[in-house]
Amino acid sequence: MNHLRSLSVEQQVGLLFVALFGALLLYSVAFFVRDVRASHTSDQSSEADPQAHERSKLALRDLRALWLGSGIFWLSWVSGALGATLLFAVLSFISLREFLSLTHTRRADHRSLLLAFFAVLPLQYLTVGTRHFDLFTVLIPVYAFLALPVVSALADDPRSFLERSAKIQWGIMVCVYGLSHAPALLLLEFRNHEGRGAFLVFFVVAVVALTQLVQEQASRRLRRRPVARHIDRSFSMRAFGLGLGAGGLLGAALYWITPFRPEQALIAALIAAGSGTLGELVMRALKKDAGVKTWGNAPSVTGAVGLLDRIAPLCFAAPVFFHTVRWYFKV
Amino acid sequence: MTRADAMGALIAFLARLITGAQGHWNGCAPKAEQRIYFANHQSHFDWVLIWAALPRELRARTRPIAARDYWTATPFKHWLTREVFNAVYVSRQRSDDQDPLEPLAAALAAGDSLVIFPEGTRSNKGLPQPFKTGLYHLAEDFPEVPLVPVWIANVQRVMPKGEVVPVPLLCTATFGEPLHLAAGEDKRAFLERAREAVLSCRPAGT
Repeated sequence: MNHLRSLSVEQQVGLLFVALFGALLLYSVAFFVRDVRASHTSDQSSEADPQAHERSKLALRDLRALWLGSGIFWLSWVSGALGATLLFAVLSFISLREFLSLTHTRRADHRSLLLAFFAVLPLQYLTVGTRHFDLFTVLIPVYAFLALPVVSALADDPRSFLERSAKIQWGIMVCVYGLSHAPALLLLEFRNHEGRGAFLVFFVVAVVALTQLVQEQASRRLRRRPVARHIDRSFSMRAFGLGLGAGGLLGAALYWITPFRPEQALIAALIAAGSGTLGELVMRALKKDAGVKTWGNAPSVTGAVGLLDRIAPLCFAAPVFFHTVRWYFKV
Repeated sequence: MTRADAMGALIAFLARLITGAQGHWNGCAPKAEQRIYFANHQSHFDWVLIWAALPRELRARTRPIAARDYWTATPFKHWLTREVFNAVYVSRQRSDDQDPLEPLAAALAAGDSLVIFPEGTRSNKGLPQPFKTGLYHLAEDFPEVPLVPVWIANVQRVMPKGEVVPVPLLCTATFGEPLHLAAGEDKRAFLERAREAVLSCRPAGT
């Protein structure tokens, strides 16, 4: 560990990416070997199991998403403040488009939707990119909160006004405000920890991802009673607790890449893991309300990718984590 | 690549960027055969969406219908509809000696596919209005050409009547099962059946 500390920041970050992509590569190779072997045996047995086929297709989709996510993470690091901000701005744009496509707005909202897409979103990322963190935390909850309904009201249509305004505000809170905290973490400067924002993002993403994985596996094995069966049939308190525990432990084990002490890292990880999984639950409720299974168009030929499904936990975990850390460490 | 090709590629790219322009081929596959696509009509953007949702190879031979007086009024509009979209021009003023469907019949006889909006005008009531009879006459004259119903979802939200700047929202064009005119089928019954076919392409939840 002392040897690692003696490396320069650049080298440490480089090592992080080498380790990340190495692990991913190993996992992919293992996956394909298993897949080939499985298809080999299923050829011999007379009937192929359609369920297994469906499962392996889903696993392949997740693997591709994992590669994509790591690639984006790396790109956002090498391209610096400007690149990271732009990249996440594009992701925000795509996910906001997915969100608002499924909400019912009326004609009178046209101008406020334009404002959300072409003014609020770029402004938010501009304030992140220029490190105006005080403005960036209030731009959407304070200024956009007033501006968007005003524009809608000027269009002179009172029908289900609260519902429409609330939906637009919610959309930009999740897809723009929440997600913009990821590049903000990259750009946050800790004392004695300059230039290591990538580790913080990696910390949050790794913790949230492991929490979700463990929770998923646990709920499959344990088959406990779901807490909210109409929203999510697999979410149970026991599985949630197990996931949270795994996330917390991983966070504590990773303390040396963060500016935290081990016990601080544990608490920070618990906060990120909890807000990520609970945020995912909230997004599930929204999807149920909209009557869809995924945000993307499942039978799509081109276009919609269901990006929001992938990044929803991050949209909730990143802001909570960012503000907790910023408040506690006064950075 | 000519200027018209470049313009076409740019328009298709923009349409995909703003709306996703997804084609869902539920009732038939995208195939290089002669077809008449007929769809609900809610916005000026409808044609561009169907066009962008088609595979590139099919775009050149799939033609829209354009009102001659409006789309030839300026050199740019004329160039856009003639060179980029290869539109079939029809006159809105009805003269006694000419059949308004004649240019369409000529295009079909030449082997091209057409996209028509049988409501005749844009509606924003949600459900399509009763269909005009043109579709029936084309089906009667070209019985071998499959009629493919299309439902275009969400476009009216991207650019409502009277607005200039489009809002980026996902749109889909759902292509349904092709239909033909049945032997001895009544005009009104056929048009109602065609309208039902368009409605049945509507994705759940919209």
